[in-house]
Amino acid sequence: MNIVVLVKLVPDLVEELEIDSSGATLDTTFMRMIINEPDEHALEQAIILKEREGGEVTVLGPAIEDIDGVLFTAFAKGSDRLIKLVDGFELEVNNHALARAFTSVIRELNPDLVLTGVQAHNDLDGSLGPLVAEYLGMSYVGYVSGVTSSGDKLTVRKEYPGGLIGEMEVAIPAVLGIQSAEQPPRYVAISKVRQAMKTATIDEQTLTELDPSGGPTVSQMFQPQVGERAEMIEGDIDQIAAKLVELFGDLGVV
Amino acid sequence: MTGPMALDTSKEFLNQLITATPDGERIRLCLQCGACSGACPFGFVMKFPPHGMIAALRAGMLDTLVDTDTSWMCVSCYACTQVCPAKIPVTAGLTTRIKEEMLLAGNVPSELQDALEKAQRYDNPLGESPRKRAEWASGFEPEIPIMAKAKRPVDVLWFVGDYPSYHAGVIPSTKAMAKILQALDVDFGILGPEEVSDGDSVRLAGESGLFEMLAEKNAKAFDKYEFNEIITTDPHAFNAIKNEYPNLEISYPVRHYTQFLAERLDQLEKLMKKSIEATVAFHDPCYLGRVNGIFEEPRQLLQAIPGVELVEMAHQRENSLCCGGGGGGMWLDGFQWEKAEVRISEWRVREAISAVGTDENGTRILAVACPYEPPRFEDATKTVPGAAGLIVKDIVELIAEAMGLEG
Repeated sequence: MNIVVLVKLVPDLVEELEIDSSGATLDTTFMRMIINEPDEHALEQAIILKEREGGEVTVLGPAIEDIDGVLFTAFAKGSDRLIKLVDGFELEVNNHALARAFTSVIRELNPDLVLTGVQAHNDLDGSLGPLVAEYLGMSYVGYVSGVTSSGDKLTVRKEYPGGLIGEMEVAIPAVLGIQSAEQPPRYVAISKVRQAMKTATIDEQTLTELDPSGGPTVSQMFQPQVGERAEMIEGDIDQIAAKLVELFGDLGVV
Repeated sequence: MTGPMALDTSKEFLNQLITATPDGERIRLCLQCGACSGACPFGFVMKFPPHGMIAALRAGMLDTLVDTDTSWMCVSCYACTQVCPAKIPVTAGLTTRIKEEMLLAGNVPSELQDALEKAQRYDNPLGESPRKRAEWASGFEPEIPIMAKAKRPVDVLWFVGDYPSYHAGVIPSTKAMAKILQALDVDFGILGPEEVSDGDSVRLAGESGLFEMLAEKNAKAFDKYEFNEIITTDPHAFNAIKNEYPNLEISYPVRHYTQFLAERLDQLEKLMKKSIEATVAFHDPCYLGRVNGIFEEPRQLLQAIPGVELVEMAHQRENSLCCGGGGGGMWLDGFQWEKAEVRISEWRVREAISAVGTDENGTRILAVACPYEPPRFEDATKTVPGAAGLIVKDIVELIAEAMGLEG
């Protein structure tokens, strides 16, 4: 199976997010970008499928900050081909523009399956998967946590709220939004990543333009407001414990 | 894999151990006495304790070894190496190498994977912002000189380390160290955000590539500045810079703070005016004592504190019992608990209680000299019966208190 994995980079929350002086974008002075966590699961799922059923995995990402490190790590984990989209990317690019950019490259690759993380914490204009599926004219299933293939059909497990899991058949080619891979993303030793840096090549695909239309225009960003709903319980340990028991009783928890 | 091919890969690996490790040829001398496995604190849980690893390799079972997760119980404490009558470099030449193979094969417990990924991305296994490495020093009076800002040569470069920089339970001893250095008029500086993890524990957890990457980053920072020597409160940083960095052609003189302060004992004695009436047991950290032979300096410092009565625990000096944090153990707490249903730190706290007594009216202290230990032993005092009153403190905290520098 010919699988394409889409990765995007999102602000790393190890640094507190700050709003810049314009008030409408994030301050990028200390911002670092990190691979979107569900995208790591999409990559893991792709490699699991390849190991189980054969095929080739191509990883595609925008040329932002440390994309090379992300791609080489993906290679060390077992993917076959690395492509980065060059030029025009700001750190914060909207998903409409990113999806259109990915689409033009994906068409050339003619995949059976496109996997990406089901969501990212900076999705201001919807998640990437459905947009890509729409532009490609493929089916889309999101919140997927398991994929098996048989011929030209896939069986996918989709998670619903309340612990429900639906199993459904999907005709390929299709785009899947991965919630979690069948197994946690694997560890790859640094020596293998360093080896990948020496042996793997990253193909560069140059973009002519980025089209963000359809996405929102941000006019103002706000830090979350501090609420005043917390009740601080005072007293020694016994008094606090007694008060907690009373409160839990009132709330019907115990 | 079984059959002749398995035998070949195992033999090849064994030959590598024999030829690539200093004293590796001693592995040939193993007569399966099992002393290593008896001395190993977790030998009873490991499917292949050290002597069993050698037997398995001789039997062509490298694949089985690599698939066996109980080898992650090894806390790299050197008890096996210490006790081996054939002087086989068990920790350096065998258990660490097996962990490297396990890691390459992807056999890594998820807790450890998380710490390794954080060390890779943030240069510290705690996953804290590398930019905030010197945040503990912000607002410190007088100011702690950070080399990039100070822009001058210093006598002493203080390598602060991961847990001393970030861990809330260890920062008090970091601050105590800073105050002592200032009180002694030591001309020192720190690297701040240019410092990264020393990498010793990721190395001992089998991630030699990550260790090299971190060592190279530190080397780059060391190279930028002028100083006469490096000191550190962290025995792992001390061990890495002293014994491992030179293999990567990174050579700087380094001392553990206990050596540095013991040399200034005359000066310290004049300043330690406050008495600390307490019974104190000292825990020898593996990588200060057993690995690097520093047993006297910490004891000299403790004995110089007015009021301190120093007592010894059952396991002491070269026979000290690990806190459980070495070799990746710091990041395998849940995994090791599942396997063993005991924590070595709890055994050690029981020993400390036996040594300092159960009199709850007296002050009883477990003194340490490694930043892995306060969080581990403090946790253990909460679960070991009778240990609630045991105070866990780094020697620097006790010295600072005796000098009237606390708070």
